[in-house]
Amino acid sequence: MYCNKIPDKPVDNEKIWKKLDDLARANSLWITAYGTGCGAIELRPLHTSRFDMERFGIAMRPTPRQSDVLIISGYLSVKTLKRVIRVYEQIQDPKYILALGSCTIDGGMYFDSYNTINILDRYIPVDVYVNGCMPRPEAVIDGFILLMKKIKEGKAVGWKRYKENLEYYRKNQREIIRNWDLPDYNW
Amino acid sequence: MTRLLVSVILTSLGALVYGLLLGGVSRVITASIHGRIGPRLTQNFIDLWKLFRKESSIHHGTMFWMAPMFRLTGGIGVLLLVPIIAGNSVLTNMSFSGDLLLVLYFMFFGCLGMALGAGDSGHPYAVVAVSRGLLQMSAYELSFSAAVLVLALGLGTFSIENIVSAQQGGILNWNVFRFPFATAAALITFLPMNMTYPFNIVLAPQEIPIGPPTEYSSRFLSFMFSGRAIFGVAKLILFVNLFFGGAGSWSSLLIKTFLLYMYPLFVSPVFPRFRTEQSVRFLWFVPTSLVAVDLLRVIL
Repeated sequence: MYCNKIPDKPVDNEKIWKKLDDLARANSLWITAYGTGCGAIELRPLHTSRFDMERFGIAMRPTPRQSDVLIISGYLSVKTLKRVIRVYEQIQDPKYILALGSCTIDGGMYFDSYNTINILDRYIPVDVYVNGCMPRPEAVIDGFILLMKKIKEGKAVGWKRYKENLEYYRKNQREIIRNWDLPDYNW
Repeated sequence: MTRLLVSVILTSLGALVYGLLLGGVSRVITASIHGRIGPRLTQNFIDLWKLFRKESSIHHGTMFWMAPMFRLTGGIGVLLLVPIIAGNSVLTNMSFSGDLLLVLYFMFFGCLGMALGAGDSGHPYAVVAVSRGLLQMSAYELSFSAAVLVLALGLGTFSIENIVSAQQGGILNWNVFRFPFATAAALITFLPMNMTYPFNIVLAPQEIPIGPPTEYSSRFLSFMFSGRAIFGVAKLILFVNLFFGGAGSWSSLLIKTFLLYMYPLFVSPVFPRFRTEQSVRFLWFVPTSLVAVDLLRVIL
């Protein structure tokens, strides 16, 4: 079932349409409906009339194949990290990661836990961090606006960083995931 | 030949733009019903461009590649076989070369192609959705075909152009007044055809993540979106031609198709989804009984 081919290094050859592409990408962010940790509960209000994320063109997609953004919503256990890697690598390029809460930045209140990771950026490339424990929906929307700004400026390039430094990320992932049984790349 | 080709391309592009705009309007109206601001009117165009320019690095076989093309071809095929504006020589396209039976066949061409492609993707949810979709299709096809049969028997023709011309000369000549039960049945089947609530058991995001297109991404998905938009417009025009007197001018075409498009919006935001067996039971019983009244009236 697996394709074991390592992805090619990204080549920057889309100069003609780049501005238009970035504008479209920024205004049509589709999120993988996947929650880790306690922050997932803060994402539900974004659908509601009070916060209404659809006005920014943000929508939930039930499958990683069709989405652009993966939200790591809070503490990430080692067991979940394995699933996050699989989901992240299945998303088609360009893809972005929004990390919520102190736990993704420095471990937060779980900084000395035996089974959660402390710095998310060592394992998958984060584009925008939103701090807080937990960040309220307003803060999440603020994080989205920052992500949209970065995409428009062409600075949200975590997906390129991941492909370019795949050995570095794989090394860190293998160090922490003991029962490593993932293929070279999860297509 | 060149004229036909230009007409075909322009009709397809026009239907795509109109279909995406109608989709945008429906999203804005649904948001107002929820008390939200909602997306931009042009959100569907932005989504389509983004999907078209995203990388597609996965595929699952030949049929997986071909399914979005089948979907697009099905949509364009129906559009071209239906006269868009009655009496307009440019926009009749290829409506002379096929009658209602061919259109009925073509309407399910895209769905069947999609079913094969989704099966090729190998995703279990896609396969569940395909089996649900084919079951529901067999349920609503019965009453829709019977409604079409009522028109054909009542007016003595299978040609869409003749059906349109038989409805001219006053609003009471429209088939919606001549055959009210068959029209009601056809309008009920319009909901599962468009996969709207309460009949959206195929694309049921909370149950079987998005159904057949689960594995489809990027460019594949953009083609499927385009196909769906064009097919949606083709169905609207077909329904206007069959039951609402056809369209004699651009303005009447736009008004009639827009009003017809609005109708599922009054149903879908307030109804929860049927279960598969409820949907099939409803479609086998309610619209079929309705159409039977008109069928008996026409035969006797």
